[in-house]
Amino acid sequence: MEITDLDRKIIQATQAGLPLTRHPYRTIAAQLGVSAERVMQRMTAMLEAGVIRRIGAVPNHYRLGYHYNGMTVWDVEDVQVNGMGERIGKLSFVSHCYQRPRHLPEWPYNLFAMVHGRTEAEVAVQIQQIASLLGEHSRGHEVLYSSRILKKTGLRIEK
Amino acid sequence: MDDMDRRIINRLQQGFPVCDSPYEQAARELGLSGEELIERIGGLLTAGVLSRFGPLYHAERMGGALMLVALQVPEQRFSEVAGIVNAFPEVAHNYRRNHRFNMWFVLATEQCSRIPEVIDSIEKDTGLKVYRMPKIEEYYVGLKLEA
Repeated sequence: MEITDLDRKIIQATQAGLPLTRHPYRTIAAQLGVSAERVMQRMTAMLEAGVIRRIGAVPNHYRLGYHYNGMTVWDVEDVQVNGMGERIGKLSFVSHCYQRPRHLPEWPYNLFAMVHGRTEAEVAVQIQQIASLLGEHSRGHEVLYSSRILKKTGLRIEK
Repeated sequence: MDDMDRRIINRLQQGFPVCDSPYEQAARELGLSGEELIERIGGLLTAGVLSRFGPLYHAERMGGALMLVALQVPEQRFSEVAGIVNAFPEVAHNYRRNHRFNMWFVLATEQCSRIPEVIDSIEKDTGLKVYRMPKIEEYYVGLKLEA
């Protein structure tokens, strides 16, 4: 989908969040000098095209009690990585699953899966489930827990 | 945070309507008025329980670029380096992790060409090597945490 000038303006107007007003799309429209219908139409189009993944809330994991946010990283045989990535991505507790490049020798891992739990035991069970799925296709893994959010602002585009 | 806050958080991770009075519409399912919902969301944002409320954009589909990168920061330099890194507006989120690779952040830019420029600047300003961890394949993205 081609991003129009109006789309860019809508993105700029909403990147810090949706206005907390009774008619938020009218609020945005008034700022941009267009009709609310036009704003809603473009936002719907962007949702349908996947330019907007969703409109909604992003919770702070820690504040919801999810203190164990593990980035599990696995060294998976190249020929197996796509098939395994698809299967691991379907596990209910995995929020993101990607293939990424290795940086040998310091970083041998090519499959990343984020898991979230309220206790270490909960996450340990999740990791065990991924390990059993991978079986001998994984040559090693590590779990990197986030210990602090240093910044979380989301995408910012400039005017 | 009470039970209603939890229900709001769970509901609002599943999407939000595009219509003239969306808060009112979303509130109805929860048995609230639109005004009450607005007030609650504002409170959750102020308290930091929600880090954001609004549209989540897919950078690549906007014609922009995203890249995860990692640094191995000497412990005694950690806050100094975090300050340098976070000062770049292109750094969308940054996490400390318990590993030799102890700083992981996402660069989000409108133009793909900006990513290597930002990486060069960060390497120059910190004196540290930036390890690029771009996604080769995306198998799943869909964060939903039950409150």
